[in-house]
Amino acid sequence: MAAEREVLNSPAGQRRPRVLVAKPGLDGHDRGAKVIARALRDAGYEVIYTGLQQSPEQVVAGAIAEDVAAIGLSVLSGAHVPLSERVLALLAAEGAGPEAPDGERIPVVVGGIIPDEDRHELLALGVAAVFTPGTSLAEVVAGFDALCGVRTAGTP
Amino acid sequence: MTDAIEGTDATDLGTDLSTDPSLKVDYAPADAEHPGDFPYTRGIAPEPKVWVMGQYAGFGTPAESNARFRTLLEAGVTGFSVAMDLPTQLGLDSDDPRAVGEVGRVGVAIDSLADIEILMDGIPLESISQVRTTANSIGYVWAALFVALAEKRGVDPNEFGLFIQNDVLKEFIARGTQIFPPEPSLRLAADCIAWCAENVPNWTPLAMSGYHIRESGSSAVQEVAFTFANARAYLDECLSRGVSVDAIAPTLFTFLAIQTDVLGEVAKFRAARRVWARLMREHYDAQDPRSEQLRIFAFTAGSSLTAQQPLLNLTRTAIEATIAALAGVQTMHVSAYDEALGVPTESAATLALRTQQVVAFETGLTETLDPFGGSYAVEALTEDLASRMWRLIEQIESQGGALAAIENGTFADELADAAYRQSLAVEAGDKVVVGVNRFPAASEPLEVFRVSPDVEASQVAAVRGVRERRDAAAVEAALAGLREAAAAGDSVMPSTIEAVKAYATIGEIVAVLKEVHGAWQPSARF
Repeated sequence: MAAEREVLNSPAGQRRPRVLVAKPGLDGHDRGAKVIARALRDAGYEVIYTGLQQSPEQVVAGAIAEDVAAIGLSVLSGAHVPLSERVLALLAAEGAGPEAPDGERIPVVVGGIIPDEDRHELLALGVAAVFTPGTSLAEVVAGFDALCGVRTAGTP
Repeated sequence: MTDAIEGTDATDLGTDLSTDPSLKVDYAPADAEHPGDFPYTRGIAPEPKVWVMGQYAGFGTPAESNARFRTLLEAGVTGFSVAMDLPTQLGLDSDDPRAVGEVGRVGVAIDSLADIEILMDGIPLESISQVRTTANSIGYVWAALFVALAEKRGVDPNEFGLFIQNDVLKEFIARGTQIFPPEPSLRLAADCIAWCAENVPNWTPLAMSGYHIRESGSSAVQEVAFTFANARAYLDECLSRGVSVDAIAPTLFTFLAIQTDVLGEVAKFRAARRVWARLMREHYDAQDPRSEQLRIFAFTAGSSLTAQQPLLNLTRTAIEATIAALAGVQTMHVSAYDEALGVPTESAATLALRTQQVVAFETGLTETLDPFGGSYAVEALTEDLASRMWRLIEQIESQGGALAAIENGTFADELADAAYRQSLAVEAGDKVVVGVNRFPAASEPLEVFRVSPDVEASQVAAVRGVRERRDAAAVEAALAGLREAAAAGDSVMPSTIEAVKAYATIGEIVAVLKEVHGAWQPSARF
């Protein structure tokens, strides 16, 4: 555990907010989502994982019900743009979309095999950050920290 | 050129080992295990045979995939594999609201027999030794679709080889396209296996799949042990219906990953053959030697590919293909170098096939069987892996078998643990990945294959057209027959064949079975 903390640069004992790691759509590959969920948990987050095959409606309903600070969507099927668009629209309908004020907005992070062009499209749609295969676990944790307003001793 | 060296046999000049006619198939001493001898560690046959070169392809509409298959056939593939989109794999028609954004994306969209007719148009079934499909939860539907296609064309289905993955248990462990709860899923898979074993013994109705388990983070030992534990569940279910092990086992393949760990992977394939042979002989009392001979389909590991410096993937897959050749596999797929980024481009897919052809025809590895046999290192590794695989299989069995391990989450938890450990090892630099955590360099963005955005609309229109044109009463009657068979606990194969012949859609067939069996519930464990 000590080694894991070191890798993830997590100050021991620091409590971080609750986040939702979700698998929207039909893609059944959850290796990455589970690794991210564990990395966030080891960094001190309270992590809720949706399990596979969730509709955008289920993801957003879960996020609102659990009052999460951020949502991480994991998509490896290539359907990241329509799925993210739908999640953002549903969040906006709940008053938690990208245009909502601080404190009410639930930022959405997307991870997966995202071609460069699509990354720009996702960011333009209001996705807060996009993580691709080159992103390290420490960078993912730092990304969530920045979005959730978690101050750390220093990020790598 | 220099003059011939005095005393040299002229036939030595200009030759190398790969074309030397004196190269032997086997160099083992007379009293050693030879290729083709039980327990088949050294290979299932005494004579070399070049593996079936099948490439995984498919995207967009059936017509687009048909064009790609024709290109591959012209390039010299001897089998191919139909990649299906996720709605198809999950039994959702292209116009289902849950299919939005996913139609034709990771494979071809198939809704009914009409799509199979387009997909296989102009492709003579009897000229193809192996048509593979990744149908798992819908394996029985795929078998039915090809039975119906063969009947329409007047071809004996035994004249070609249909290779159906149909390993639904591993979907719960790793691949994630399960539809029904584990137990009815197992029974549906067994319906397909038992029906094919009795009616089309030339087909492969189950590819016992370790590939996805390995890709989810397992060790080589877990890859094989979990896979054979699942295989036992299918076999036991079929045997309980009175089908003999010797009717089923010879039709099976195993589907395993190839990673770049040369000695470990060669030893893994050898160990898997040894363990399978022993399992069939000791636990199943198989009488037909073919039941004991494990046929292997090897697939270069997707997880060994990197999105960074993607051309390095050509090097990795060439090494992996060489490993499979050294291990004596029966069929092989080499991934395209751009596959970490999406569906392969046509040039990358062709290059992957050429990689297989270089390994098959330029290295000489198809001349001598199991050339590592007798090596101190590989023999020791083989024995070590085989005994650990055996122990793990016995342990799983003593704890209730694969079904119990799936239902209580044991398999999934072990894989999640292993995957996390591997990610941390890469992060810490303990596990080297060239171009990622060692020798990183900026690389030019690659041209990525794009599925046409019109695919979804055109496939939605196509499936609606099929529903309008077909005989609605015939569909209704066929689906009623299916519902009755499923509710009675009978095999669904005969009624599924009737349903697809009436152009019932895959979504309609699966919906009927969902009424009977209910749906699988996702797990929030991680």
